[in-house]
Amino acid sequence: MLSIKNLKVKVEDKLILKGVNLNVKAGEIHAIMGPNGSGKSTLANVLAGREGYEIIEGEIIYKGLNLLDIAPEERAREGIFLAFQYPVEIPGISNATLLKTALNEIRKHRGEPELDAMEFMELMKEKMKLVEMDINLINRPVNQGFSGGEKKRNEIFQLAMLEPKLAILDETDSGLDIDALKIVANGVNMIKKQIQDKAIILVTHYQRLLNYITPDYVHVMYDGKIVKSGSKELALELEEKGYDWIKNGKNY
Amino acid sequence: MSKPNYDELTNREYKYGFTTDIETETLPKGLNEDIIREISKRKNEPEFMTEWRLNAYRHWKTMDYPRWPNVKYPEINFQDIIYFARPKGKSKYNSIEDVEPEILETFNKLGIPLEEQKQLLGVAVDAVFDSVSVATTYKEKLKELGIIFCSMSEAIQEHPDLVKKYLGSVVPYTDNFYAALNSAVFSDGSFVYVPKGVRCPMELSTYFRINSQNTGQFERTLIIADEGSYVSYLEGCTAPIRDENQLHAAVVELIALDNAQIKYSTVQNWYPGDKEGKGGIYNFVTKRGLCKGKNSKISWTQVETGSAITWKYPSCVLEGDNSIGEFYSVALTNNYQQADTGTKMIHIGKNTKSTIVSKGISAGFSNNTYRGLVKITKNADGARNFSQCDSLLIGDKCGAHTFPYLEVSNPSAQVEHEATTSKIGEDQIFYLNQRGLSKEDAVNLIVNGYCKEVFNELPMEFAVEAQRLLSVSLEGSVG
Repeated sequence: MLSIKNLKVKVEDKLILKGVNLNVKAGEIHAIMGPNGSGKSTLANVLAGREGYEIIEGEIIYKGLNLLDIAPEERAREGIFLAFQYPVEIPGISNATLLKTALNEIRKHRGEPELDAMEFMELMKEKMKLVEMDINLINRPVNQGFSGGEKKRNEIFQLAMLEPKLAILDETDSGLDIDALKIVANGVNMIKKQIQDKAIILVTHYQRLLNYITPDYVHVMYDGKIVKSGSKELALELEEKGYDWIKNGKNY
Repeated sequence: MSKPNYDELTNREYKYGFTTDIETETLPKGLNEDIIREISKRKNEPEFMTEWRLNAYRHWKTMDYPRWPNVKYPEINFQDIIYFARPKGKSKYNSIEDVEPEILETFNKLGIPLEEQKQLLGVAVDAVFDSVSVATTYKEKLKELGIIFCSMSEAIQEHPDLVKKYLGSVVPYTDNFYAALNSAVFSDGSFVYVPKGVRCPMELSTYFRINSQNTGQFERTLIIADEGSYVSYLEGCTAPIRDENQLHAAVVELIALDNAQIKYSTVQNWYPGDKEGKGGIYNFVTKRGLCKGKNSKISWTQVETGSAITWKYPSCVLEGDNSIGEFYSVALTNNYQQADTGTKMIHIGKNTKSTIVSKGISAGFSNNTYRGLVKITKNADGARNFSQCDSLLIGDKCGAHTFPYLEVSNPSAQVEHEATTSKIGEDQIFYLNQRGLSKEDAVNLIVNGYCKEVFNELPMEFAVEAQRLLSVSLEGSVG
């Protein structure tokens, strides 16, 4: 589904990604771990197409498309979803309005008919249960006045509604208490179970989310490169030994 | 990374810019007492009107045009304007059958069919083409309720007592330069009278269309809501694309008696000029409502997207005790447009309340100014005002300015003022992009959210129209 080859990216003249390679197949969950500043979030943002990142070298092939040639909204319509580390507030526009607009853009792109108000409501009710989302939050302006946990949960709710092919969760676990974390994890697991042809990339600093979501692969990023890949046990090992274990270079 | 082609959108033309090819009769350019007498004569006006016009003209000659607004334009040569134009051969339209097919077609093209069977249900329309009202729909139906809805010319003929009593009672011809000019030369406009206790069952609306070249449009609207009545009135406007600037100087007067309520909504879409700032309408308008009776209420809602220059301050004079004034405004400027707009709330009666919600949006190289006065006079015990003035900037070459004036002469008054200035953030746009929305749709959504409080005040059909208009006006402003 996704193949990243030798990706090098600059931000404001500073080389952040220094040759990332990653292959993700449908049905897989990949966790990307690493210390702060290792380039995890940069990778997530480059995949989604945020401006301000200069691609120096490398390529990203997603479902046979050269991703770097495609505008961010086209990527979204092709099924890439980024759950933001810092979800943005949009005053005056309700969550429901945003989601209806977004969902119908994506459906249009797929050649599917747009959902009418009733069909949309039905779908919302179903997905709200999935992530234990409060109806009041649905009708409130996007993320405005939401607590940190509510914002993150809202990202997972949007993820559930838009049913992407490749979901990238950028530090979705940060700032969550244990209950919120469980809800987010449950949501992700349900989505994973429901649809077999999708893949998830979890970008996280801590191992604790992986207690609830079992990844197929764990990658450790350090200084702009994936320096170690393995199974879920790698996360535990990392937890035990700390990032210094990687930093000290013994495993290069 | 590839980007969508915004050039295509930027170059899209003003949709209402066509001209109607119809023979017009005009008076010669320029202004003097003879021209005014001639206008009055052609309109077959009673003596008192002719005198009123002449007095206004004499007063106008002593005045200078306002230099305080935050707008720039070359001096206007008032002798180079045609003050009267109407389709040839028609002094009056008695029925829809009289109206030239070209004019019917014009309004059809604008989405305002004048044949009643084709109309929006529940909206009565007075259509003004250059200097004359060509048709007023649903007139008979309204008459059954005692509601008078007709052109100003007709009101002068048929209801001279009402006109004599109220014309100029809210905006006297001495009020300001453009109001004086309008009083001298006004050609037509709409007249509404809602009798005691009647709730007008449909929206009344006027659609103004400037067609002729070098012609100014000076219309005059007068709305009187008698005791305990209610009326909602809508106003829309467009003009053809022309390279030279055209002057539109209207006066609107509203009068609400005891327990009466008037809701006045405007969607203003005059031709704004081209991308380089060439051409466009100068919209210099005086709009004022008088809450004359106790417990009366006047609400102004305006969505301004057009005109090269906008200079207008729909205001409320709160004379009756417990009366309420409201002003909800969205003013959008793009390219080289200039707007200096806002409101005045004059509290005179006791326990009077006013609310001001102003949303300015500036894009391109435009300049957008909010100017508002809240005045609490000595006897206005318990007066309250809440003002909120927000500015939204799109891009970094435009300007937003806010000039709030407060004059409080009563210690019991409560006055609140909130103001914000924000920019549409790249992160907001990216967030919406990432959910599948294009850049343009993202900006539209953000702008609509920003304007929501004002759109909520508009009648349904108008709110949809206003949203669409904003998105058209913003095309090409991002990218």
